[in-house]
Amino acid sequence: MKVCVSAQGDNLDSSVDPRFGRCQYFVFVDTDTLEFEAVNNPNITGMGGVGIQSAQFIVSKGAEAVLTGNVGPNAFTTLQAANLKIITGVAGSVKEAVDNYKNGKYNSTNGPSVDSKFGMS
Amino acid sequence: MIISVASGKGGTGKTTVAVNLALSLDEKLQFLDCDVEEPNAHLFLKPKIEHVQPSFIKVPEIDESKCSLCGKCQSVCQYNALAVMPKTDKASGKVMVFQQLCHGCGGCMLLCPEKAIKEVDRKIGVVEIGKAKDIDFFHGKLDISEPMAPPLIRHVKRYIDKNALVISDCPPGTSCPVVTAVKGSDFCLLVTEPTPFGLHDLTLAVELLRIIHVKFAVAINKSGETDNIIDDYCKKENIPILLKLPFDKKIASAYSKGENIVEVFKEYKNNFKGLFNSIKTIVNNK
Amino acid sequence: MKQILVISGKGGTGKTVLSASFASLAKKCVVSDCDVDAADLHLLLRPKVKETINFKSGKSANIDENLCIKCGKCINFCRFDAITSDIRIDHASCEGCGVCTYFCPVSAIKMIENECGECFISDTRYGTMVHARLGIAEENSGKLVSLVRKKSQEIAAEQNCEFLIIDGPPGIGCPVIASLSGVDVAVIVTEPTLSGLHDAKRVIEVARHFKVAVNLVINKFDLNLDMTKTIEGYCSKNNIRLLGKIAFDEAFVKSLIEVKPIVECEYSKVNKDIVDIWQKLAYN
Repeated sequence: MKVCVSAQGDNLDSSVDPRFGRCQYFVFVDTDTLEFEAVNNPNITGMGGVGIQSAQFIVSKGAEAVLTGNVGPNAFTTLQAANLKIITGVAGSVKEAVDNYKNGKYNSTNGPSVDSKFGMS
Repeated sequence: MIISVASGKGGTGKTTVAVNLALSLDEKLQFLDCDVEEPNAHLFLKPKIEHVQPSFIKVPEIDESKCSLCGKCQSVCQYNALAVMPKTDKASGKVMVFQQLCHGCGGCMLLCPEKAIKEVDRKIGVVEIGKAKDIDFFHGKLDISEPMAPPLIRHVKRYIDKNALVISDCPPGTSCPVVTAVKGSDFCLLVTEPTPFGLHDLTLAVELLRIIHVKFAVAINKSGETDNIIDDYCKKENIPILLKLPFDKKIASAYSKGENIVEVFKEYKNNFKGLFNSIKTIVNNK
Repeated sequence: MKQILVISGKGGTGKTVLSASFASLAKKCVVSDCDVDAADLHLLLRPKVKETINFKSGKSANIDENLCIKCGKCINFCRFDAITSDIRIDHASCEGCGVCTYFCPVSAIKMIENECGECFISDTRYGTMVHARLGIAEENSGKLVSLVRKKSQEIAAEQNCEFLIIDGPPGIGCPVIASLSGVDVAVIVTEPTLSGLHDAKRVIEVARHFKVAVNLVINKFDLNLDMTKTIEGYCSKNNIRLLGKIAFDEAFVKSLIEVKPIVECEYSKVNKDIVDIWQKLAYN
């Protein structure tokens, strides 16, 4: 399956970016083959509603789960509406995050982990 | 006649000047506090609030039975307040509305081809209406963590009676809330203090008023030895200085308790009456 | 790195003078001015601008006078009173929604991107400073604040600075919310007046809403000792750490006129208090 990790760099060794909507990169990883695609976050300097746009972007790429540090309320509702699994509190490298996810070490989040505007800077 | 009292910099004595001006005039007037983020005038005028009017902006609501998920609304919205989630094998698809981001422009409702959008009210604050002796008092209070001040300011201003004398206390700064508050005034009094900060922010406020074409003049609060900082600038720019309130620890202490200069030091009433007359002359001078 | 935001709710409580003093006391820091509406910190720190970034944000309607047939349809659709009766755009009021463009029968209205300010990266005696100037009557100061926050954080991280000191905007609206994000502690500078306390309470609520730790300083505390007591009571009841109190001192104004942070003026009687406040804030 395809998961999306918010990251500070463009490869599997990059650190997970604690911000979701305004993270530097989205890294889409196939959990079986570890093939990946890193995409520059197009919404990083958006005016408002960035979490929503990032969430829509990820949904359009066909990811089934999101691994990140924190998700605000708007992004959370958007991801939830598309029935994605949302994992917050993730740290370390992208590869570690994917491994932990595969090994069932994470639980999905039931609500947003931060208030809106968390990642604004 | 609508007189706005504003200042580039906060804490220069805007509210003090507006309130004491209102208390010095023996006419019926309306007092508006348009500093909806931090309204203070009520602390000094101590009005008896008689009505509390919730303030709303219009936000869209989607009728899912009519919505075809075409995406028009999302493409119209400049504020990213709408998100269309397509139908997938896992989700049924829907349009999500993020009310906090909506400016209430109405575009999505007007342009929805299925007529699936109607507008509902979202509360952003309240307008409180009351009386302080003969003064009709109005102020807006923005809800905590609510970013949208201008619509509430517009709501407060809807209570303006065109035939009345109106004194309006404005928010600080030089951006959208001030513009919204000052727009439509006959005159704007800029309150400043004789420091480099005061001068710097005054020059910005002057630039703003020249852009929106409102007549203005200056009042110096905490006036004293360093007045020449402001005097020289005003002379160069040909801006009248209509009032100087001296720097006085007694005044500062009265202020800290919510007391008003013209009530504690009655002799100042004439200064404010003089100020009002000068404003009238400027406004009537076409 | 510790990110310290200095705010007040009410203007004129001494926020900028304290921010400048903190910058002077911190050994290695980046300073930023998030009061982009009425930026003043540069007057005290006298930065030399190294880099200027143009700030564009949002769009604004523009009417092509050659195409416009003055039908006035657009006026009715604008909810922001941004189109005058002689069919001109009042740019100060336009919120860039673009609704008018859809209903103009002759397609005379276009949305044009706003260039509405500049962000500066500068050198000062105290370290790098990030500041900005918002165009007069422009909106979106919240977004410009975000840009200043982002740049200053990047630079502070690059330089491995111990402190990032942020002079915040007044009020409780969009710019304040934008400046709060990611800070470790918000220092509320208030004064013992009814309005000072009233506004401090509101901004404290906002800071707590965004889960930022709140510390408080009472400036000019001897102006009204009863009110100072009330504020102290409010702090202990609400679990807010009081960093210290600063007496009213004419040195405040004098230092402004000399264009120096007050802690660098030997005639100031409040320097010890400010140093104590800084020590507490910075190190415990």
